[in-house]
Amino acid sequence: MNQYDAIVIGAGHNGLTNGAYLAKAGLKVAVLERNPYIGGATVSRELHKGWWYSNCSYVASLLRPEITRDLELPRHGLQVVSFGGGATFMRNGDYFGNYSDHDRHYREMARHSKRDANAYDRYAADTSLQTKLIRPYLMRTPPDPTSLKPRDLRDLLEFARSFMDLGEEKLLDTIKFWTASVGDYLNEYFETDVIKAHMAGSGIIGTALGVYSPGTAYVLLHHYMGDVDGNVGAWGFARGGMGAIANALSKAFQSYGGEIICDANVDEVIVKNGRAAGVALKDGREYKAPIVVSNLDPKRTFLDITNPSDLPKDVVKKARNFKIRGSSGKLNIALDGLPVFHGLDPRNRLMAGDLHFSDSLERQERAYDDWKAGTWSKDPYLDMMIPSLTDPTMAPPGKHMMSVFVQYAPPKVEGREWTDEDKDGFEKSVIDQISNYSPNFRDLILHCETRTPREIEAEVGLTEGNIFMGELTFDQLLFNRPFPGYAQYRSPIKGMYLCSSGTHPGGGVMAAPGANAAREILADLKRPNTVPGGYADD
Amino acid sequence: MTDYDAVIIGAGHNGLICAAYLAKAGKKVLVVDGRAEPGGCASTREFAPGFSVSDCAQWLSQFDQSIVKDLDLGSAGLKLGEPKATISLQSDGDHLMLAGDTISGAGVDSADQAAYRDFKNMIRSFAKLMTTLYRGRPPKLVEQNWTDRLTLMKLGVGLKLMGRERLQDLMRIALINIYDVMNEHFSNAALKSAIALDAVTGTNMGPRSPNTVYSYLHRVTGEHLAQTGTTQVMGGMGAFGQCLAAAAEKRGATLRLGSAVQAIVKTEDRVTGVTLASGETVSAKLVISSADPTTTFRDLLGYDQMEAGIAKRVEHYRSRSGTAKLHLALSGLPEFNGVTADQLKERLVIAPSMDGMETALNPMKYRELSQLHTFDISIPTLEDPGLAPTGQHVLSAIVHYVPYAPDIGWEAGKPQLLSQLLSELEAYAPGIGALVSASELIVPSDLEASHGMTGGNWHHGELSIDQALMMRPFPGSTQYATAVEGLYLCGAGAHPGGGLQGLPGRNAAKEILKRGALS
Repeated sequence: MNQYDAIVIGAGHNGLTNGAYLAKAGLKVAVLERNPYIGGATVSRELHKGWWYSNCSYVASLLRPEITRDLELPRHGLQVVSFGGGATFMRNGDYFGNYSDHDRHYREMARHSKRDANAYDRYAADTSLQTKLIRPYLMRTPPDPTSLKPRDLRDLLEFARSFMDLGEEKLLDTIKFWTASVGDYLNEYFETDVIKAHMAGSGIIGTALGVYSPGTAYVLLHHYMGDVDGNVGAWGFARGGMGAIANALSKAFQSYGGEIICDANVDEVIVKNGRAAGVALKDGREYKAPIVVSNLDPKRTFLDITNPSDLPKDVVKKARNFKIRGSSGKLNIALDGLPVFHGLDPRNRLMAGDLHFSDSLERQERAYDDWKAGTWSKDPYLDMMIPSLTDPTMAPPGKHMMSVFVQYAPPKVEGREWTDEDKDGFEKSVIDQISNYSPNFRDLILHCETRTPREIEAEVGLTEGNIFMGELTFDQLLFNRPFPGYAQYRSPIKGMYLCSSGTHPGGGVMAAPGANAAREILADLKRPNTVPGGYADD
Repeated sequence: MTDYDAVIIGAGHNGLICAAYLAKAGKKVLVVDGRAEPGGCASTREFAPGFSVSDCAQWLSQFDQSIVKDLDLGSAGLKLGEPKATISLQSDGDHLMLAGDTISGAGVDSADQAAYRDFKNMIRSFAKLMTTLYRGRPPKLVEQNWTDRLTLMKLGVGLKLMGRERLQDLMRIALINIYDVMNEHFSNAALKSAIALDAVTGTNMGPRSPNTVYSYLHRVTGEHLAQTGTTQVMGGMGAFGQCLAAAAEKRGATLRLGSAVQAIVKTEDRVTGVTLASGETVSAKLVISSADPTTTFRDLLGYDQMEAGIAKRVEHYRSRSGTAKLHLALSGLPEFNGVTADQLKERLVIAPSMDGMETALNPMKYRELSQLHTFDISIPTLEDPGLAPTGQHVLSAIVHYVPYAPDIGWEAGKPQLLSQLLSELEAYAPGIGALVSASELIVPSDLEASHGMTGGNWHHGELSIDQALMMRPFPGSTQYATAVEGLYLCGAGAHPGGGLQGLPGRNAAKEILKRGALS
């Protein structure tokens, strides 16, 4: 019996969250997954015996606490352990340590620049003002400024008011922040290259922009607006890897009677007289449901699994123009022991944080120039972690697991598809970068999984391997995400919805898109809402 | 009793326009400028014996027609040349011609021609909307008064009237980059880069940089306000400056050229006048500065005269630029591949592919010289032979991207850059090098020194969203009145910005009169 009330395509964290809330409301829900395992990009895989890799997303912070509480994810086995700080290693053998302890942080900054150390609290206050502004809107459907519906007008007014309440100057500062480049933003506070570079990383991770590109200050904010146990801006590891999030969500989903079907590769959404009626799989199987929710990115949703004849022309065009650019790669490495880095005591807790090797904005911008030229960065910006220092379940005793996120990697190499030689060259540039700062690193490598945009797209189905399922630029944020007129999770086809990171508020393992979409679906079904609303803790 | 109602710093076009409007209203106005000639960036200079050139601004294309009317500039002797078509030079000689809404050459197909008309229509509808904002003071968003609310309401109505689709287009592209917008609309590479060039000219941004759509909108809005097309001023831009000076004086404004302002005088809590290089002090009810915000606040007023918060904003105000100018004295008329002698009087541009422009930009970011540049070329002597000895010619080009201060220094850098630029020109105009009898290369730091534009930025501050419209130049000093009592701004550093639109001067004067700041 393949008849359901709702079918969700894709068992990533948003698909599972969406399914969970629909099931919680009493719907008969199936979540279909192309891969033999669930999680999408929120996954832990044992790709080398005894080592577990969070081989796509690798750290947690943005997962909405409302959802964690409401779906009782801790009871379903989710435990997020925050890691303190991080460091950027410098070419001169020194490093900058980003301690989570305020006084330690001040002393370390002052070691590089007293002026910067004194500017930091102002920077932190100004930035957290922005996070306070945006957080209440993460768990809400963005209003449509072009609509005259009372609901949109009311929400717009409220949205506008929260900004007006800032007062003229603070409001203008806010607009400035939302449109500035992360480089210019940091230049307003700090003078030291390494300090600026350490912070600027959050402004370029996952985006096809450089530190000098306007709009990257927002990307920085996007990485600051989460929290671990209410500690805003903090990041942590999910015990057992990112797969623990998907597993907890799936348990919650199943506890409400939801059904997960793996190895189910959707070929097309079935549309009968203008209404979604179910999905047809590549292997010929069919599942029927009046509600079909796509957790695929907008390009795949509208250009791959939907028949163009079922869509208005403008939507096809908008989907084609949707910017979802490959800009990142990933190395997951099994290590025989702990690598030692120049200048940093291996017992220093910074080792358990995010480690970087770009000690100036200029080096980060040059890395972007390589991407523009269609090649991977020769001096790549790395966001490197050793989660096994925090979570021993990731590797056998005494051994370690290393996750290396790489910015930048182009979707195509000089206009052509990636080849295995390219992949090796990409891998080499990353290994070399790390080895330059760690003499024993190379010899510790037992296994290395290298993922260019090609591999990420092939396995996870993220177009071009874009981790946010769409660039976080203004033309694709809030009421513009994925495109103007379709930002409220409804597709132009009746009964078909979107719940992926390609919708508001975007990627980063937030689960908010899945939850928001469920709220809209239940409203259309005139069912009582089961989804928690805006953030109350701020 | 003060010497004047208002002292205006700088006899650039905005300063003179502001003076003319105030004088017209019966105010006693003094305009002071360190340069011997009026016009500021609208200036003509003999750069080689017998050869004169518009040595800063080159084209007049965005000058608001309402100012021409109000100040009756026609009868004041303003003579413009013929509107120019734009010819985007291609290495194979099959050039792209843009005239009005029609494009031809460079293999543009009918699809792109249609797309170009649609694109122009879309941008024009946005530009129309912008005029509401450009022809008045930028509204405040929170501390509004009725004037602001009215502007915002007009804006809101305008947005609605555009229709849902247009509005969605605007919401989507307003803050992004010209690179993506070009790729969405067109397939022809030459067409994309020709438009992209207009979006980055005068900036330090490449086509991929967000904000370039806005800078393009700014330009098109100016063209919409001017309705003249791209033209050259007969007698060079200096004639334009002279004509504005005459218009101001005719209405009773006093000009004192060759006497630079040394400092803005502040006694207790307000600005009371200026001291000149001569040491003389002139008192006035208001000081209105057409100098850029950095020069005005940091150099003329001084940080010790303002609250730390304001000083901070001035320090953070960005005025970088990648704009240089090349002036060549030519012993004869150059030949460009595939360009008829008659077409040489048009606007010739060299815009490599959009990716090429990004490549050209990269070295500038690291204070290096580029191996590739964009050119916006004028041969003014074809319409205006008086600028050179008989039979000889002047070539003037706006060039991007040139660093402010290359690591090798300009001593060594200039000759290197000059020969680089000439070799790039040679590829399109074989033999032009042999015609060069004299040359001059003006880099951003030169523009800063000669015309007092900080960073050499011709907008008096980067025209990025966070420094535009109601945020220009910076929060607390918008609407032409600054955070310092008695000090006003009327230069391109004020809304709506540069491009020889004349609106900052006009709007500032109207705002000052409306507030009764002088009564």
